[in-house]
Amino acid sequence: MTDLLLKAFTKEVWDIIIPAIWETVYMTIVSTTITTFFGLLFGIVLLITDKHGLHPIPLFNKVFGSIINAVLSLPSMVVIILALPIAKLIVGITYGPKACIISLTVVCIPIFSRLVENSILEVSKGKIEAAKAMGASNIDIIFKVMLPEALPTLIRNFVVLTITLISITAIAGSFGAGGLGDIAVRYGYHRFRSDILIAAVLVLLVSVNLLQLFGALLARKILKKRHLI
Amino acid sequence: MLPPSFIELKDVYKKFYIYNKEFEVLKGINLEIQKGDIFGIVGFSGAGKSTLIRCINRLEIISSGTIRIGKYEINKLSKKELSLYRQKIGIIFQHFNLLDSRTVFGNVAFPLEVAKKSKKEIQERVSEILELVDIADKKDFYPGQLSGGQKQRAGIARALANNPDILLSDEATSALDPVSQLSVLDLLKDINKKLGLTIILITHSLDVIRHACNNMAVLENGIIVEKGSVKEIFVNPKSDTAKVFIKINTDLSISKYVEGDVI
Repeated sequence: MTDLLLKAFTKEVWDIIIPAIWETVYMTIVSTTITTFFGLLFGIVLLITDKHGLHPIPLFNKVFGSIINAVLSLPSMVVIILALPIAKLIVGITYGPKACIISLTVVCIPIFSRLVENSILEVSKGKIEAAKAMGASNIDIIFKVMLPEALPTLIRNFVVLTITLISITAIAGSFGAGGLGDIAVRYGYHRFRSDILIAAVLVLLVSVNLLQLFGALLARKILKKRHLI
Repeated sequence: MLPPSFIELKDVYKKFYIYNKEFEVLKGINLEIQKGDIFGIVGFSGAGKSTLIRCINRLEIISSGTIRIGKYEINKLSKKELSLYRQKIGIIFQHFNLLDSRTVFGNVAFPLEVAKKSKKEIQERVSEILELVDIADKKDFYPGQLSGGQKQRAGIARALANNPDILLSDEATSALDPVSQLSVLDLLKDINKKLGLTIILITHSLDVIRHACNNMAVLENGIIVEKGSVKEIFVNPKSDTAKVFIKINTDLSISKYVEGDVI
């Protein structure tokens, strides 16, 4: 057992792991950026078009919500496969990190949209009403009330998103996306290289925990500044 | 001849639909309020007080009737006019509804930002108004650092920032301790005198009415059962609600008195 652990820290293993780390980091950063943009947009759209929202369009809200739910209810593996034609359309290929990023965002945008929606729902109705009573436009309310008030929760949910993305890159790894998940599956599972598996898992474990810690600290810092804790 | 009243509600009805069931909350409200008055509306919980006040700044749209303020008929305002109109009606709330993400300064600046004022104007106006409500020293504090009374002062500053003609108060002193309650009411009276602001005050406390208001109306199940000057109604209440209210009030003060006497 100790042998195995020691082997996980040899140069041979890390020569395989380090490029995979960069692939994962690249995929995670790009897909997080895209997902954050569309997730915020869709989350806000879901929220304000709701029957009780700022700009109710109930029929559109139902249809849009159903599409989001449909993607959410499918296993991520299936969504990744379904998203491959979209990837082909946008980046021209169906394999490799770039194609993977498209699939990842398709999986994660619905998740983050709902997280954003729920974060903003936590903002008390009274604050939104107060803004309305002062003559604020919907744009004012979104950017000056909803988003700043929900910021600490949004940050926490952003961390959840990033972690979800990292774990889904592992699944996408099976489709030739590369990255740590791919290494773990190809070497660790198919070739019984437990040392590489351990190294990959360790890197994932550490990075996920660091992210979680960083997110929690940041959210806490904002709450502290606002004297809410 | 009396001057034309400033705020005029005529046959105002408001219905809500909950699960397709109809609830009539306001059942034909007729009310006139003069400019510069401090007008109290009192009633038990569920009488429709909050709905009534929310109809005045169109947070609720009335089902029928008219609400006229000055020269505006508020249910005919376009979206743009509504925004401008709302800037001229301040409102303060029981739970303050300050933004936790902004300091006192930022909160008071909010309505000015909405009104697209320049940075310099905002700076000046906020300082001036914080001085008026006596919390200039709390300018850089977050609401989380303030006491209830201070929060309500910040709320009042925010409501006054755009020089409104009317200030609506939705149970604004109900969440405060008696001392802060009095000081906030005194502040409202002071502002009324200094700025000539018309104040409509909703409350379920007769103490508040007695302390601050000139005229009042008693609301019962969506109908105004009594209106007139505060003195008249206190001396000679006609409606059951007013009688009950005054009875509870005097009972409480008598029991306090008796207790004190015995001990």
